[in-house]
Amino acid sequence: MTRIEKKFAQLKSEGRKAFIPYITCGDPSLEVTLELVLALDKAGADLIELGVPFSDPIADGPVIQRATDRALRNGVTLQKVLQLGANIRKKSEIPLVLFSYFNPLLNHALEKLAKDAVSAGFDGVLASDLTIEESELFVRTMRIAGLNTIFLVAPTSSPERMKKIAETSTGFLYAVSRTGVTGERQELAGDLKAFLRTLRLYTKLPIAVGFGISQPEHVQAVWREADGAIVGSSIVKKVEEHIGQAELVSKVSAFARWLAGGGVAIDTPNK
Amino acid sequence: MKGHYGNYGGQFVPETLMHPLEELESAYGEAQCDPSFQAELDQLFHNYSGRPTPLYLAERLTRAWSGARIYLKREDLNHTGAHKINNCLGQGLLARRMGKQRIIAETGAGQHGVATATVCALLGLECDVYMGEEDIRRQELNVFRMKLLGARVIPVSAGSKTLKDAINESMRDWVTNVHTTYYMLGSVLGPHPYPLMVRDFQSVIGREVRGQILEREGRLPDVLVACVGGGSNAIGLFYDFVGDKQIQMVGVEAGGRGPKLGEHAARFSGGRPGVLHGTFSYILQDADGQVVPTHSVSAGLDYPAVGPEHARLHDDGRVAYTSINDEEALEAFHELSHLEGIIPALESAHAVAHAKKLELPAGQIVVINLSGRGDKDVTEVMRLMGAG
Repeated sequence: MTRIEKKFAQLKSEGRKAFIPYITCGDPSLEVTLELVLALDKAGADLIELGVPFSDPIADGPVIQRATDRALRNGVTLQKVLQLGANIRKKSEIPLVLFSYFNPLLNHALEKLAKDAVSAGFDGVLASDLTIEESELFVRTMRIAGLNTIFLVAPTSSPERMKKIAETSTGFLYAVSRTGVTGERQELAGDLKAFLRTLRLYTKLPIAVGFGISQPEHVQAVWREADGAIVGSSIVKKVEEHIGQAELVSKVSAFARWLAGGGVAIDTPNK
Repeated sequence: MKGHYGNYGGQFVPETLMHPLEELESAYGEAQCDPSFQAELDQLFHNYSGRPTPLYLAERLTRAWSGARIYLKREDLNHTGAHKINNCLGQGLLARRMGKQRIIAETGAGQHGVATATVCALLGLECDVYMGEEDIRRQELNVFRMKLLGARVIPVSAGSKTLKDAINESMRDWVTNVHTTYYMLGSVLGPHPYPLMVRDFQSVIGREVRGQILEREGRLPDVLVACVGGGSNAIGLFYDFVGDKQIQMVGVEAGGRGPKLGEHAARFSGGRPGVLHGTFSYILQDADGQVVPTHSVSAGLDYPAVGPEHARLHDDGRVAYTSINDEEALEAFHELSHLEGIIPALESAHAVAHAKKLELPAGQIVVINLSGRGDKDVTEVMRLMGAG
């Protein structure tokens, strides 16, 4: 069992749901990312998605695009993110998902990626533009190495696709809450509940929901229907707001705690 | 696995787009089986765009160069001034058939944007065109044309502010407005079925050339030359001749300012296979798999990836790919203007420049795809001449 699988099993036995922050690695620096991961772990994160920046992030909205630009300008590479994973592992056992687009992963060579990701302490891999149709070699290579392969499932996915995506995924399923790119939204999609209930018919895997989740109420609403809530853009935006400030890590982790409902809002989100 | 060309092609997109791609594939399949679809397209090709376009024997070029008979396939004489309209008419009819009321498109040189805006006006569809700010600067005439045609031009300020970034933004729009919007991709790029569909719509170029050259010369040409950005005009010319093994085919990429990464858009000499914009093909990338900026004097060739079918034709050795730099392209731009009274698009000037370099002997027949006219480029050329 990977750390991801163990975590979801443990949460289930405790009747709890997962809080999963996403952060772009190297925004504003890899040193800060390391501190952030450790602080988010303490703030109640159950898993963390570590984003490897890619030059052409077609699935991302403006917030993560800007974070990606900053990270790339800082010279962040997949190689450095793997090293970051190893540094995190010296201090934390929090499950880690390597999150990127397919090209940087493919460029590393899949077998080498699997080996390096495992030895760095990653537990799962997700490429947001890798469809199940194109994933056979990727899935086989990652699984042999002991990594979970996590795929996105969308509200536009047909029941046949939901089934196939569930069969191709391990660890958990990443349900995209709505059509569109990543980014904060005021409201959750109205048809989210129906989508998640349909999806549930096709899988026993834990389902985590992402895209547009930016309020504690969103997290609570998602937890009622699914096994985890993924928060990306609103956390990345919080990072952006505090770049260059000594309190960046404490502000962002307090914000995460507030989102997860585990603490009080120290820094009220801009709305 | 669908839409592969050897190892290349495929569908690498966010899951949300898989449903519309399946929908598109099936609608296109049905349209192909419907004689009325092809009949309407043929009618528009003929009466609206002016097809067949002439195959013109450039006698002064023929005399000035080495004696091989130089034919120009005059795609520049299409309505809107480039081959792009072939694809837009086809996809426009398809979008209408699918009941989509809103069209989005990306554009580099602005030719695809103009063709899209034109077809949207013709068919009564709403039109939003994404264009990089750098390209907007280089191609202001086309920007104004699109606006005149009723389209909205949305500037893209991300990244290199060129075609690549316009495609990123188009894909983001599509993934957001997937239920109502048709993405009219302008080249043989992107996820399946676009490379196939765009090639089919453009292959009218090569089919016409075959009939025209047989009528004029009584035999097939020896060499075909076309510029390759995404590669739609080139595949349009080449496709009908792939099986004619004796015919040499050359795709000409943008050599830009030189062979250093970042200074050109020569994917085959400077790139490696990778995934960009939904397809697996040759791309210009750094050691870490980040797509690098490109440069070309011609906006339409200034793109880091190439259509996946070209990748296969390259690996199979069926098509030779080479590059022409900015300076050579500009020389050809002037030479064709002076000798034949035809101002070519800077993109097409790359093909002209390479045909000259071939120095083929008398008795040989060369067909150059003159994919577009140069009106859009005159202000940029004026600027460059002033600077030089």
